[in-house]
Amino acid sequence: MTATGKYLRIGLGVAVIAALIIVPMNFNRYGLYILSQWAVMTIAAMGLNLTLGYAGQVSLAQGAFVGIGAYAAAIMTTQGGMPLIAALGVAIVLCFAIGWILGYPALRVQHHYLAFVTLAFSTLAFLVFRNEDWLTKGIYGISNIPRPNVMGFATNRPLPFYYFCLGSLGIVSLAMWWLIRSPWGRAFVALRENPVRALSLGIDTRRYTLMAFAIGSALGGVAGTLYAPLTQYIDPVPFNLSLSLDLLMMVIVGGSGFFFGPFLGAMIAVLLPEWLRFTQGYYLMLYAVAVMLLLIYSPTGILGILDRYLTERRTKAASALRAVAKSRLETAP
Amino acid sequence: MTAVLEVSDVKKSFGGIKAVDGVSFDVQEGEILGLIGPNGCGKSTLFNCILGQLTPTGGEVKVDGKVVTGLRPSELNRLGVSRTFQLLQVFPKLSVRENLILAGQEHQGNMMSRLLGPSDAGLSAAADQMIGFFKLDHLATEAAGGLSYGQQKLLDAAMAFMGGPRLVLLDEPAGGVNLTMLGDLKERLAAINREKRATFVVIEHNMEFVMSLCTRVMVMAEGKLLAMGTPSEVRANPAVIEAYLGH
Repeated sequence: MTATGKYLRIGLGVAVIAALIIVPMNFNRYGLYILSQWAVMTIAAMGLNLTLGYAGQVSLAQGAFVGIGAYAAAIMTTQGGMPLIAALGVAIVLCFAIGWILGYPALRVQHHYLAFVTLAFSTLAFLVFRNEDWLTKGIYGISNIPRPNVMGFATNRPLPFYYFCLGSLGIVSLAMWWLIRSPWGRAFVALRENPVRALSLGIDTRRYTLMAFAIGSALGGVAGTLYAPLTQYIDPVPFNLSLSLDLLMMVIVGGSGFFFGPFLGAMIAVLLPEWLRFTQGYYLMLYAVAVMLLLIYSPTGILGILDRYLTERRTKAASALRAVAKSRLETAP
Repeated sequence: MTAVLEVSDVKKSFGGIKAVDGVSFDVQEGEILGLIGPNGCGKSTLFNCILGQLTPTGGEVKVDGKVVTGLRPSELNRLGVSRTFQLLQVFPKLSVRENLILAGQEHQGNMMSRLLGPSDAGLSAAADQMIGFFKLDHLATEAAGGLSYGQQKLLDAAMAFMGGPRLVLLDEPAGGVNLTMLGDLKERLAAINREKRATFVVIEHNMEFVMSLCTRVMVMAEGKLLAMGTPSEVRANPAVIEAYLGH
């Protein structure tokens, strides 16, 4: 990468972060709610992007982990009167452990078979949320979920809570950036592209598969612990299979296996329906058509288009260089 | 000399087909053993049994005197046994350097240090050295998928050496490689064998390549060991001529 390109990237990053901090100051309650939801869903989608996009393991259970995190937060902060940070710890450990166990089928089955195993888990989790009244209050749900105090600041009002979600997203993003650039990230990609060869290079594919599931699921749990205080009321309905499918769509539409894929995918899934609201009854249909067209045009998602464009440009530049070198060779005496 | 690899009476059947039918041999330290035979004679199956990709139906495999039958390929690799595959097996989306770092990273530290330590697992210098050794310098940052077939073959072979293996099993390294690059590959393999005392077993159909590179050649036919000896002995063996080399 050239130095200009690098500065351009850094500049763009700073501008986006500044915009995410400054612009929402004028937003109303609903706008802030939607943006907070975007941040929360991005975290969950990043988790799935690790499991599916980087490590290549299909999962239809990410919504269930958001649910587990949300219920952990709701139960602990309302009935237990504990701080959200404690719930966060419990949600991470719980989702990591369950995700690890859910990874075991992936050691035996792959692709659509694996999708069905995780789908069954998703249904199981939903039934627990709905039927185990003693713990989850069943279909009545849990209300009056408090918002946390972060370092002495109350986040009851929409703007501070949005900043809380944005800050959490920032921390998760940095951790994820570190992870995918580490040797682990490389091993995850190897797992996706060629597990047999990976194994022959000493990569313990079994352990990395389980890790990909566990870490991805734990991020689902993190998103859940933010989701509960965001809506301040939870019942089982939002955590049914359709949330898992939504998250899957965010990953695919944004660009599976690209770092910024989940940010874009969640933006489209959360914001686009809102922008299309002026079309009234048609907005969901338009949304569906837009997604279909995108995936026909670019099965690798939005960032896939960008990636293709950049690769093409690089190839062109390289062949131009080669042509110049060749013509010099030919004209040389 | 000590035996790096000892294979005793290894058998592998698929249903009623005996793909490998009781093969025994030793490979001494620093040796380059060629493994030849007609298609379907069980060479690759034998490799897969040695390397843990397949579990043998019977028999025993020892590396440095230690029984390794039943170990997983990743465990074997960490014991210093490396391999290449018959078909190309590089990671096309990773760059040449990343491919090499990946090939060596599991030999560095433990899971924790690979998560919290440097992103190159401390292998950038070693990878660049390997890139130089295999003359891939101008391609270090290119995605492996964009390389020519021959260049990918070189990278594939280079990857097998990143973990500093004692024993390397190469499955048709010369297949589909043009003559110039073939000379390069042979010379590089011979150099690693000389300098690092690495031991090789090479499956190959290119007779010129096998006969000039290997110190000993073993011939398989129909799952069994047909002959074993120096290249000239094997070339003169009537049974080998009958089964494989032709008149």
